[in-house]
Amino acid sequence: MSELLQNAIDAASLGSLYALVALGIALIFGIMRLINFAHGDLVMVGGYIMLSLAGQPWPILVAGAILVPMIAALLMDRMAFRFLRDSDPSTLLIASFALSVFLQNLISAIYTPTASSVELPALVTKSFEIGGIRVAALSVMTIAGTALLLIALAIFMGRTSWGVQMRAAAQDFVMARLVGVRANIVIAMAFGLSGLLAGAVALSFVAQTGTVTPTLGVQLAAVGFVSVVLGGMGSIPAAAGGGFLLGAATVALQSFLPLELRPYRDVFVFAAVIGLLVMRPQGLFLRGDRETRV
Amino acid sequence: MNRLGNGIVDGARDALSRIAIPGLIMLVVYALIWISGDAVLIRVGTQMFINMVVVLGLYSFVGTSGVMSFGHISFMAIGAYAGALLTIPPAQKAVILPDLVHWLQVADVSTIPAALLAAGAAAIFALVMGVALMRLSGLAAGIATLAMIQIVFTVARNWDDVTRGTGSMLGVPTNTTLTSALIWALAILVVVVVFQRSRIGLRLQASREDPHAAAGVGINIYRERFIAFVLSAFIVGIGGFLHGQFVGVFSPDSFYLSLTFVTLAMLVVGGMTSVAGAVVGTVVISVVSEILQRVDQSVGITGMHEMGLSLIMLLFLILLPAGITGGRELMIRRDSFRRWRRGPRAGDGEGTAEGVSESAA
Repeated sequence: MSELLQNAIDAASLGSLYALVALGIALIFGIMRLINFAHGDLVMVGGYIMLSLAGQPWPILVAGAILVPMIAALLMDRMAFRFLRDSDPSTLLIASFALSVFLQNLISAIYTPTASSVELPALVTKSFEIGGIRVAALSVMTIAGTALLLIALAIFMGRTSWGVQMRAAAQDFVMARLVGVRANIVIAMAFGLSGLLAGAVALSFVAQTGTVTPTLGVQLAAVGFVSVVLGGMGSIPAAAGGGFLLGAATVALQSFLPLELRPYRDVFVFAAVIGLLVMRPQGLFLRGDRETRV
Repeated sequence: MNRLGNGIVDGARDALSRIAIPGLIMLVVYALIWISGDAVLIRVGTQMFINMVVVLGLYSFVGTSGVMSFGHISFMAIGAYAGALLTIPPAQKAVILPDLVHWLQVADVSTIPAALLAAGAAAIFALVMGVALMRLSGLAAGIATLAMIQIVFTVARNWDDVTRGTGSMLGVPTNTTLTSALIWALAILVVVVVFQRSRIGLRLQASREDPHAAAGVGINIYRERFIAFVLSAFIVGIGGFLHGQFVGVFSPDSFYLSLTFVTLAMLVVGGMTSVAGAVVGTVVISVVSEILQRVDQSVGITGMHEMGLSLIMLLFLILLPAGITGGRELMIRRDSFRRWRRGPRAGDGEGTAEGVSESAA
């Protein structure tokens, strides 16, 4: 029983992390049909900021790890994607792939191409015991932080004028522009928000692993894409759901797979994803009528 | 006159007019390297022709179908590993791979059959994956191919008995030379052009231009894509085999995202929708990449070369999204000279849906 609870906490924690990654990707995808390959690298940038700011008081660390990815995301839009507004989704995807390679090599030129370990405040490595289960403070913070971010995001999207404009743009970009939504501002906002989410992921992810490498974002981006596709492309809540589900499935496989198959966990995860895509190409949480009519 | 005979002659002439210029480019590059006799240039050139095989393979699926793939390098991995298992001398295999199954342990195959077998292994994998992957289209397909490369990468890193896991595969015979790589690249060029002009290739290009219209005239997009996927896996598998037999030592990390990036950059910069684009892009990116690498070494900052490549790719996507060739074939036609004097005609686009109506006419 306690083992099950332990797993449930792990699943919720990893699921939260994946959901945040998926949200960052889905926000931009919804508006401009761009699957941002470089999203994982924003997380990586956040991680390296944590490395640089190690030893500083934690509010500075948190602010830096969130602000710098936001700025990087805004720059990405301003320097590259703004010139690609009319391109088809494949071109955008390749462009973001190029940006991802650029960021990775920039960081490895500034720092080092190999892994560096990050000194963490004592707070995050603590754990405590409730009713026989050991709970890492970090898991609790991740889950709570995600919950807070999700609520804030829901309020922003649902209650504020900017949020409504973003949702309108996500639903029908051309129509939204016709009724006065300013495209560049809405897109910049989506990039800013996705940078913020990437920073949040960096805080939790790097605190968990304790190391940063220039390629740490690759796996996360892959996970994010898969979550978005899994949940259903074009819907923000569906993406978050997909992320939670993928996290839970990963933890479940990790603990229930026979020992000799555990290194192959990702094979099962990704094979399941391909299988699901074939059965429900529109994703798990959307209805199948989103195909464009001609 | 015999109509069938005419058809074959016309077909051959048509194919030849598309092969001539890319083939000539390859021969000129080969001749330049051969004349220089520089050992470093020979290495770079060999790698370039190997990459050309891979990029032509990538073209035969991505270029003709318009479906993005980030997973083709996994076929390269399969080609390289299968090739290594077939060609490393058994005595050596007993040392580096003691737990290998017996029939592979004793296998000792010569180069060309081994290349075809290794590529066949990649094609069989594509056959299995394709059943699922080819049902998807657009972005979902792109993501699914990413899942595929993750699967192959994870397996290669963990299957210690066969791949030596994260350790390197060593002692692979290094048989690929500049000349053999060129010959393979030329042969693959012919195969890809013939495929591009075949019924299947034309149908696929029609579906790339307008999937709804293509389905409307009775094209089974799933079937055509599936065939192209398996063929391209075979070609990329050959590329992987050649690569393995060139470097002699490789690990799962050799066949992951950075190689995916470089080969995609070649296709994008050259022009994604033409064979000529694949060839030109490979040559241009290889040259640029070599120059950047030398700058890299002299400046002493690692990663400059990749940064440069990614900026070039971005600039192309923004300024010249159809690539250097504009996605058209570089063709020789009997009326080339006359047309040149009259100026280009409207609707000269090759590798577009017009190619289909042209051949139907």
